[in-house]
Amino acid sequence: MRKPLLFGNSTLLVCALFFTPLTFADQGARLLATGGASMLEGSGGGGIVPWATLSSYSGEDQLGVTVSLSEVTVDDFRLSVQGASFSWNNRIELSYAEQTFDLSTIGGELSQDIVGAKVRLAGDLIYGDLPQISIGAQHKKNKDYALPSAVGSQDDSSVDWYVSAAKAWLDGPFHRTWVANLTLRSSKANQLGLLGFGGDKEDSRDWLAEASVATFINRYWAVGIEYRQKPDNLSFAKEQDWKDLFVAYFPSKHVSVVGAYTDLGSIAGLDDQTGWYLSVQAAF
Amino acid sequence: MKIGLLLALLLITPLTFAQNLYVKLGEKQGIKTIVEEMLYRVGGDARIAHHFDGVDIMRVHKLISEQVCDLSGGPCDYSGEDMKTAHRNMGIDNADFNALVEHLIAAMEKQDIPVSAQNQLLALLAPMHSDIVED
Ligand code: HEM
Repeated sequence: MRKPLLFGNSTLLVCALFFTPLTFADQGARLLATGGASMLEGSGGGGIVPWATLSSYSGEDQLGVTVSLSEVTVDDFRLSVQGASFSWNNRIELSYAEQTFDLSTIGGELSQDIVGAKVRLAGDLIYGDLPQISIGAQHKKNKDYALPSAVGSQDDSSVDWYVSAAKAWLDGPFHRTWVANLTLRSSKANQLGLLGFGGDKEDSRDWLAEASVATFINRYWAVGIEYRQKPDNLSFAKEQDWKDLFVAYFPSKHVSVVGAYTDLGSIAGLDDQTGWYLSVQAAF
Repeated sequence: MKIGLLLALLLITPLTFAQNLYVKLGEKQGIKTIVEEMLYRVGGDARIAHHFDGVDIMRVHKLISEQVCDLSGGPCDYSGEDMKTAHRNMGIDNADFNALVEHLIAAMEKQDIPVSAQNQLLALLAPMHSDIVED
């Protein structure tokens, strides 16, 4: 009797898939800018921090899709990221990012794939007293492991876990709308994971704090700062916290552009890596 | 004497502050124009227009204008139903609410209302979300 039952269930599922009024977020069910941008690891967020908000503007029973291109150019390195995300029902976000790290001065290239998932657990960015609270995971896998392995990395893949809370104040200081996000991440990733996971100096997970604050000058332009703690697992070179100062532009619900001045500290023994970040996202 | 003055000042400050918002919104006439533009846009928005089928829109226009005038510190007394009663059983969801807010913002932009005043009004209306949205 098991089989027919199973069959019955899957028919039901197929029917549900076909008849659920699944619509694309063309006009969007959420307010402008609440879709945010795509951060460096593909998740919806600011520039370097994943936020509790979900990418795109999809609301109840809607599917949203984003694609993004980001580029960070600092003194001795260049990071290029191509990303895409799906979000559904303002509840779940799935993301993918491919990172290529050009070791301009040292020579060579590192790269990794990141598959991410995020679930909104409670609250809302704008309405109600509770902040919007989400949990997420980013599964990272190196594609070039020779260098990370040579400098002491212990693993070529790992999962970062995080919990984020975000809140907007419509009429904050100076009668401007302010948004703040706090993320706590458990990670073993060296320089986002581009230099592998865990190290000869330390091979355990760290809890890392990441924060962003932004203010909207008007409906379309926001400025903000971000801070991201980093682990320090490899003995060959120290790793430092990241910071950036950004300007975000939301001309419509279909496009967002983020530019930032970034300070990535010391990377692979080369100090004071500062430079520019540019990210463009299209949302459907 | 000094304390009395201070107290009077403390009492008046929130009033003048609110008065400011009413003035920034263009007083009665400005508010009427904003609400009219908002309702006009709502009527053309297929996502939410159906909620207003068969509704006396002139009456809703009068009441929302009165409510905004009252909330912003103007010389009006809102005479309509409370938000929970007024929107009961309409099945208004989060997306509907956001759509109306978008039209309100667009209407204020059209009237060149400064962002600071827009934000003040939005912050006064946002707490009504929980009374209006049912899901
Ligand atoms: C902050 C948001 C809102 C405010 C301040 C507001 C305000 C009001 C006011 C003052 C009234 C008249 C109350 C009365 O009849 O005494 C009203 C009625 C109404 N509202 Fe809203 N409203 C809001 C959001 C919405 C939304 C999102 C919808 C649907 C998309 C909606 C649909 C209606 C309808 C259909 C009526 C007419 C009810 C009737 O006369 O039968 N409202 N609203």
